[in-house]
Amino acid sequence: MRMRVKHEISYRYSEPAKAAVQKLLVTPRNCNSQRVIAWRIEVDRDSRLRQVEDALGNIMHSFTVDGPFESLTTLVEGEVETFDTAGVVSGTIERFPLELFLRETPLTASNEQIRDFAKSACAGEAATLDRLHAVMAALHERMQLNRDATQEIECADVAFDKQAGHPLDLAHIYIACARALDIPARYISGYVARQDGSEARVEAHAWAEAFVAGLGWVGFDSSRKMSPDDSYVRVAVGLDHLGAAPVRAARTGGGDESMDIQLHVAMARAQSQN
Amino acid sequence: MEFSRVQFDEMKGTGGLTRPPYQKLSNWLAETPQDFLSSRRAQAELLFRRIGITFAVYGSKEATERLIPFDLLPRILSRTEWSVLEKGLVQRVRALNLFLADLYGPGEILKADVVPSELVYRNPAYRPEMAGRRTPHDVYVQIAGIDIVRTDDENFYVLEDNARTPSGVSYMLENREVMMRLFPDLFAMHQVAPIENYPDRLLATLRSVAPRNANHDPTIVLLTPGQYNSAFYEHSFLADKLGVELVEGRDLFVRDDVVYMRTTEGPRRVDVIYRRIDDDFLDPLVFRPDSALGVAGLMGAYYAGNVTLANAVGAGVADDKATYTYIPDAIRFYLGEEPILKNVPTWRCREKEALSYVLGHLDELVVKEVNGSGGYGMLVGPHATRAQIEEFEKKLTERPDNFIAQPTLALSTCPISVAQGLAPRHVDLRPFVLQGAKDICVVPGGLTRVAMTEKSLVVNSSQGGGTKDTWVVDDAPG
Amino acid sequence: MLSRTADNLYWLARYMERADFLARVIKASRRLASLPKAYGGAESEWEGVLLSSGSVQAFHAAGRPLNEANVIEFLAFSPENPSSIRNCIGQARANARAVRTALTVEMWEAINDGYLEMQAIEQARAARSGEDLTRFLDFVKRVSLTYDGGANRTMLRNDAYWFSRVGLFIERADNTARLLDVKYQLLLPEKEVIGGSLDYFQWAAILRAVSAHTAYQWVYRESLKPWLVADLLILRPEMPRSLISCYESVVRYLDRLANTHGRQGPAQSHARAVYGKLENMSVEALFQGGLHEFVGAFISDNARLGALVSDQYLF
Repeated sequence: MRMRVKHEISYRYSEPAKAAVQKLLVTPRNCNSQRVIAWRIEVDRDSRLRQVEDALGNIMHSFTVDGPFESLTTLVEGEVETFDTAGVVSGTIERFPLELFLRETPLTASNEQIRDFAKSACAGEAATLDRLHAVMAALHERMQLNRDATQEIECADVAFDKQAGHPLDLAHIYIACARALDIPARYISGYVARQDGSEARVEAHAWAEAFVAGLGWVGFDSSRKMSPDDSYVRVAVGLDHLGAAPVRAARTGGGDESMDIQLHVAMARAQSQN
Repeated sequence: MEFSRVQFDEMKGTGGLTRPPYQKLSNWLAETPQDFLSSRRAQAELLFRRIGITFAVYGSKEATERLIPFDLLPRILSRTEWSVLEKGLVQRVRALNLFLADLYGPGEILKADVVPSELVYRNPAYRPEMAGRRTPHDVYVQIAGIDIVRTDDENFYVLEDNARTPSGVSYMLENREVMMRLFPDLFAMHQVAPIENYPDRLLATLRSVAPRNANHDPTIVLLTPGQYNSAFYEHSFLADKLGVELVEGRDLFVRDDVVYMRTTEGPRRVDVIYRRIDDDFLDPLVFRPDSALGVAGLMGAYYAGNVTLANAVGAGVADDKATYTYIPDAIRFYLGEEPILKNVPTWRCREKEALSYVLGHLDELVVKEVNGSGGYGMLVGPHATRAQIEEFEKKLTERPDNFIAQPTLALSTCPISVAQGLAPRHVDLRPFVLQGAKDICVVPGGLTRVAMTEKSLVVNSSQGGGTKDTWVVDDAPG
Repeated sequence: MLSRTADNLYWLARYMERADFLARVIKASRRLASLPKAYGGAESEWEGVLLSSGSVQAFHAAGRPLNEANVIEFLAFSPENPSSIRNCIGQARANARAVRTALTVEMWEAINDGYLEMQAIEQARAARSGEDLTRFLDFVKRVSLTYDGGANRTMLRNDAYWFSRVGLFIERADNTARLLDVKYQLLLPEKEVIGGSLDYFQWAAILRAVSAHTAYQWVYRESLKPWLVADLLILRPEMPRSLISCYESVVRYLDRLANTHGRQGPAQSHARAVYGKLENMSVEALFQGGLHEFVGAFISDNARLGALVSDQYLF
């Protein structure tokens, strides 16, 4: 499938901001499930965009802007050709041993309830891949999906307790479950194309990957109860959301307590290609 | 592992005969009336209060600024004892630096199976962000504080490595100043190795590790979390002695991967940051997003090689209590030498056999949480209640990886001066080691921490421990 | 110098000056309120005190009845009032602690000792009597004098000193101007009555609040005249709390800063303009144009200077 993505990230300030810094993980790389045809980033203020590769192999951009300015918009736009690989990912940059992906982070720490849940969800299964599918199904069953992007990010155990969350909360819980089962797991941020009535919409999305010996890394999206297919664009990988968040930003000025930062994610269309 | 249970006193040995380094002090004490010491004690307290040397204690509302108890009697090491310690410390810190450069670089020690790789990669102090990047001059631990204990005339053990932001050096320096004012005669009698050049050495060390693209007179700052931090006094004291600005995160900003500080004359470029903030708080764009203590974009400047952080980000993986048990192996691996300073024998509870031994001997052992610090999260078996032991049994069974256990050593004691005369108290020693781009040095002595209550083994200042001046004196002739 | 250090020094000086001013105002007002009603003593006096200290809204928000005891409590000791004397000294000490190394030992000790003693006074507060209050107010004046003397005698004459002086004089000008703003009606010429006017004691209270009662006699050598009170507090350069004297100092110290930094900026130019306005003003013109309007404009000019200093140096 050929997908066009247009992602606009705008910040508005109640008072003119003096300066801002942003770190972006918004650029996909090629792998077995996708080929990037064109990609660009544009910042609507005078700045120098610098590109480096982060430790996990993500393409990272950063820039600083000098004020005063009342709004700041970063436009990410591009085109990707995607392929259905049944969720199996290969051809990615892998620098770390699997142990790193067994490590708990504050956002993906498990508690007794999560550990029990993970164990009972896959009790009947022996093979790792089947266990992972079972956990995904059970989690999908348990959690109410909430697509409100402005909702605050919570730790896995809190969201688990509420039985509701954003796709990224589900990814965190899934990672916590997998790691509790001693299966290396990680967080993926990207885009997904969704059929919404007659219209195809592209949304920012998050899911998990877990490691299966013999297959390699396999994607699991518990919010949609499926492994990623050609409607997914894989952008960044991290131990949790903090490591793979599309934008992390800070600024000085812009009003004392009256911060008015919003993340607008406007999407363009997706088209199927026959 | 058998340890002598006989109490070793650094002044009286085990037999009650005064040891040579303490001979002059002992004679002096015999001739000095008790009320002289009492009046000096009162003066010392006044001096410390005037200087404003205080220590904030977490969680105690009424005493948020407390004076650390200070004992008048010096702890004395002979030159011979010190030379061994010094060599051992230099060796250890060199190995710590090589270890870190290896962990964030090629990982030879993991490939050789000397250190289990999961211990490193699952450790939260290991920062994947640093993997594959080199720090300026490949130094990770510019300032190390190595905690040392002794059990008898000959044996010194490393209790703990501090490779993140070791504190206490201001007390070492202030203790000496106060002692020299109170007891000029005692100093005249002893040839005490000076420590007052520590700030100079520290400054030279920080200058030497400036990024290669910095100009010949690099701008150095000391980054503090602010005046409510427990060690703020030390931060401002050191900045003053070093003659560098004491900055908070909000005084710094990053533009195009270069760090600047806000001055009344406009932005000024910063080359070296002696940071007294934990990794987690350094840069809200990379680490904790809610941190207001750090500098947004700092890590970008660090990656670009435009600023040196001392100590390096991720250095904590080398001083973790679980990693600690492998440092002697690391010394052999990197330096091909036998470790001069021994570790305290340690059971790694992550290993099955060790765990079952520890569970069977909780009432004899000291159990420590691998990521705990300041004496919190620790069980001292012989002094623990039944309930405390049961609590640790449960913790250990649930998360054995989180713990190590050590025998309760018969730590040496030193006399302290109390109203009734002298009383023995347990002590440890934290010497400070400075690793520059080329040179490495240890200022003679260090900070002696002393448990002020009888029989207590906890010397941490956050739990009521006190300090002493530490003297390295020339050996008595003959 | 670090901008934050300059900022701390600037505010430290302002808080100390404010604490001193509050102590003087409370003292003068108590004296006035203790007179029989026929001589001007009235509860309404305390509303004026709140106004001149800029805390009338905060007081009403706290919801207590307006009387002497409550106002004094609020201005002197209340933790809820951000500019109570207690909080001013606390804030001054917090600022001092943050820039401990930029202060001399004498300055630090003045503030730290003052803070510790204030805490001791607070402990013993339950049994407070009128006499205790007098002692407390004198204590506050003493702290600020010791601090100021310490600064004067021991501080290096460099940017640290200049920033703290600029803060002190901006705050002092603000205090004097606010006092005038609240009392301007009393100073209008038609109020003139010889000798035993009701307002006589009010004028005296104004002068006492700025420690100028004796100074008045030395400068004018005649009985209290309201326009002369205004002249003294606004236009007389020899009077240390007059607006013109404050601005003479502000201009001087801002120029020192500009010389060290090699750059004149908007703060310097604005301060010179305000100073010029004062210098070219006569007491007649002052009353013709309206005292109230003049003082109001000065207060906002002075606040603007504060903002310009911030922009230019403190980020």
